[in-house]
Amino acid sequence: MGWTKQFFSSSIGRKFAMALSALFLIIFLLQHFAINVTSTFSEDIFNELSHFMGTNPLVQFLLQPILIFGVVFHFVMGFILEIKNRNSREVKYAINKGSANSSWMSRNMIWSGLFILFFLGFHFYDFWIPEMNYKYVQFKPEDPDRYYEEVVHMFANPIRVVIYVLSFVFLSLHLLHGFQSSFQSIGARHDKYTPAIRKLGKIYALAVPAGFIFIAIYHYLNLL
Amino acid sequence: MSATEGLNLTLKVWRQNGNEEKGRMETYQVSNISPDSSFLEMMDILNEQLIDEGNEPVAFDHDCREGICGMCSMFINGEAHGPGEQITTCQLHMREFKNGDTIHIEPWRAKAFPVIKDLVVDRGAFDRIMAAGGFVSVNTSGNTQDANAIPVDKHDADKAFDAATCIGCGACVATCKNASAMLFVSAKISQFALLPQGQVEAKERAVNMVNKMDEEGFGNCTNTGACEVECPKGISLENIARMNREYLKGSFG
Repeated sequence: MGWTKQFFSSSIGRKFAMALSALFLIIFLLQHFAINVTSTFSEDIFNELSHFMGTNPLVQFLLQPILIFGVVFHFVMGFILEIKNRNSREVKYAINKGSANSSWMSRNMIWSGLFILFFLGFHFYDFWIPEMNYKYVQFKPEDPDRYYEEVVHMFANPIRVVIYVLSFVFLSLHLLHGFQSSFQSIGARHDKYTPAIRKLGKIYALAVPAGFIFIAIYHYLNLL
Repeated sequence: MSATEGLNLTLKVWRQNGNEEKGRMETYQVSNISPDSSFLEMMDILNEQLIDEGNEPVAFDHDCREGICGMCSMFINGEAHGPGEQITTCQLHMREFKNGDTIHIEPWRAKAFPVIKDLVVDRGAFDRIMAAGGFVSVNTSGNTQDANAIPVDKHDADKAFDAATCIGCGACVATCKNASAMLFVSAKISQFALLPQGQVEAKERAVNMVNKMDEEGFGNCTNTGACEVECPKGISLENIARMNREYLKGSFG
């Protein structure tokens, strides 16, 4: 136990923890996208999948708490590390040419992350809180066909659509650095496979957020 | 030598009298600087000028002036060791600048590198990290085996050599937005971890050096890759990934 505690309070242990929670969230996001995208071509499939996710006890009482822990952990640890890193340089440079040696994305993970946090608050207010209220506070009877309508009508509001689109742009920027960075952090780096990880990371970081943007705009246009 | 006209420059130099005192940027003018002179020679000319005027010269670190000792530092126009790739400040030449340029010169800035005076910082933290494990305990009683008698994979030997070219100048810390020392520490851990002589103590070395690095107050690595770009010796981020694996092995293995 002593070793575990020492590992996770060290700089490198925290890197591992940040990276592992990130990889977990990357997998979750893909699954979230895979379900949401069905809403653009089949109301039935979307309802069926949502009903399963919304009522399966394993998903609700095991995976959902793990997910919430993963999200909260990633944010809290991100802030802790940011504060520690800022304190590691008390006097700032008068001139610091960050663009000469690193990408904008890599230097601004805290800002893209903060925007995503703001979005998550909004997203929870939109979907997760009403859903929890529906099921576990008011104990309303389950209707397997309710999901499609609940989701789709949200995108009738153009302001919401704009917020969603903007948030996914920030998510894309976050992932453009974060995807490959999480592999580097856990030490998964080799001349043979690192180029493939980088390529995959770019594809993921562009395609998945673009897919979510497509879903939001598709439903908005459909409801016009 | 070249007949190119001398450069007239405005220098904004960080002046600070000890770590307790607050520092400030001071502006100086230098004229007729040969484009063939090195950056440090330009600093020498500035100091001659300051001494002639009865002022305190600017303190800066330097030693070999041929890019191998790791003493020179200076954050020039927002970059560690100034513009140019894989060079130290002493290898930077004034031909990189144009007549009339303003050059900002600052010390390495990191909590773990306190300013001693002006542009000189205390990089003792690196020495303490090395003392925590950056060595191989060899029996020197006369029975030591010839290193050449131990077979080493050429690929590993090359990587170990690349890591060992780190001169410990601290540019990685200076340029990192988090003032992280991971490129330095990972180079030192790697140069040993890749060779059979170093593998015997690899686990405790990784743990001891990383713990010492944390204790010294360096920031955490966020994989921006700035260190690798600014490093005068081109030390690769691959070493940081290796250090992460070594630390994991050392902690749980």
